[in-house]
Amino acid sequence: MMSDQNNPVGTHAKRSLKIENLVKEYVPGKPILNGISFEVKGTSSVAIIGASGTGKSTLIRCVNKLIPPTSGNVYVSGENITKLTGKELRRARRKIGMVFQEFNLVERLSVMENVLCGRLGYVAPWRAWMRKYQTEDIDLAFELLESIGLVDFAHQRADSLSGGQRQRVGIARAIMQEPHVLLADEPTSSLDPKTSVEIMELLLGLSESHSLPLLINIHDVELAKRYTGRVIGLANGGIVYDGSPAGLSNENLKEIYGGASWLE
Amino acid sequence: MAGIIEKTTVGHGNPFKVNWWVRFAWAAAFLYVIYAANYLDVSWVRFIGGLSNGADFLGEMVPVNFSRWKLLVGNLVETVEIAVIASAFGIVFSLPIGLLAARNMMPPWITWPARVFIALCRSFHPVIFAILFVKAVGFGPLAGILTLIFASIGFIGKLFAEAIEEISLKPVEALRASGAPFISIIMYAVVPQVQNRFIGFSSYQFDANLRNSTMVGIVGAGGIGGTLFAAFQRFDYDFLAAILISIIGLVMVSECISLQIKKVFQ
Repeated sequence: MMSDQNNPVGTHAKRSLKIENLVKEYVPGKPILNGISFEVKGTSSVAIIGASGTGKSTLIRCVNKLIPPTSGNVYVSGENITKLTGKELRRARRKIGMVFQEFNLVERLSVMENVLCGRLGYVAPWRAWMRKYQTEDIDLAFELLESIGLVDFAHQRADSLSGGQRQRVGIARAIMQEPHVLLADEPTSSLDPKTSVEIMELLLGLSESHSLPLLINIHDVELAKRYTGRVIGLANGGIVYDGSPAGLSNENLKEIYGGASWLE
Repeated sequence: MAGIIEKTTVGHGNPFKVNWWVRFAWAAAFLYVIYAANYLDVSWVRFIGGLSNGADFLGEMVPVNFSRWKLLVGNLVETVEIAVIASAFGIVFSLPIGLLAARNMMPPWITWPARVFIALCRSFHPVIFAILFVKAVGFGPLAGILTLIFASIGFIGKLFAEAIEEISLKPVEALRASGAPFISIIMYAVVPQVQNRFIGFSSYQFDANLRNSTMVGIVGAGGIGGTLFAAFQRFDYDFLAAILISIIGLVMVSECISLQIKKVFQ
């Protein structure tokens, strides 16, 4: 694919996400994340669970430096993101697709324009302004819209879609970046249970078909267990569980969320 | 109903507390208005006496004298030209200046100078700007155009900056995360959210410019205002009436046009 000069087609050996000793303090001396380390490689999906306010969103935003970490390193396909600034950081961010809880679409633009937003990191501003995208980009956008069942909506404004449809557009936008990793920040929290399942299936399917490591912040422990291959539990700024969904016991959940009465 | 409400509030006191400070402030404001009116000798006697003067003045306006219509048309054309040119430049300049002044998009060291500049544009009434520019560049339409450019930047720039400060930052975050360059983020995530309001501000300001361009002529900055002032000084009240009617017509026409413009962009 065009973006991977140093990553030959067919071998996605370099596609990985490695977080090393990550610390984030909003208030000096009070770390919200304290020494987080883990690695995700190949087609593996990881759910991050934890109580509200434990820093799940902060962790995922430290990966693409939307929130700069206080210390530690984040490697995406071997490249250290935390050291980058300016243009280099922008180039690196193209490799990191992100899906948001509230979709973060541009409501007044068409579905097609929203999907093509995923290419903005590759396209010169004036070409983007004139809507002069490469034919390949437009073909890929149509292909993605076809695969998520929204090709008939291509010219409709994003604010005319339902929540589930919007999230699918958000996912298509992330895939348009041809990313090396896919981050999802509570992708199902604004959706009903049935749509949540569909969105999880879509994310997992794309992670497999594009050989993408997938990192999902998620509230719904059952969804996490059902769809992901690995669960990381956060509590008090650290990782308190890192293992298979099957191995997640009530004791672990108690440690992650605190209290016990809700488990009964 | 009233009985029920009274019952439920028993033991909780009056839920609507009386604020004596606010009442005192209102009373003080009222007293000051009466004092100031007395001080400035504003009275009914003077007002009623003035009414008969006004009636004489209106009487001298009829019949309206349109005999110098060529001068009138020439002046109106110049007035419209001043408004159009000033609006065009004003709108073009206030786009970037408004963006630079938006505190959610720019760091303080950029927003401060931009906000100070906008505040300067707003600090003087157009008449004062017109006097300054007539001194600076001489009599004629150029002074009027410069005046209204600054007035436009002050108005559109400020409102545009405020509109940008009110946008949702969610799409901005998404495009930042995708590695989009800053200019593309502005075009894709910011402009679509403020475009309609910007067009609204612009058409409103064009309206205001048209009205103000009839006025800058009074201090010699071009347009129909100069002729108006001259007619006043020569006690040419029938011609004056013709000028006033043409100004009213002009403003009404522009009102209709700006309504149509807004419809197109709705």
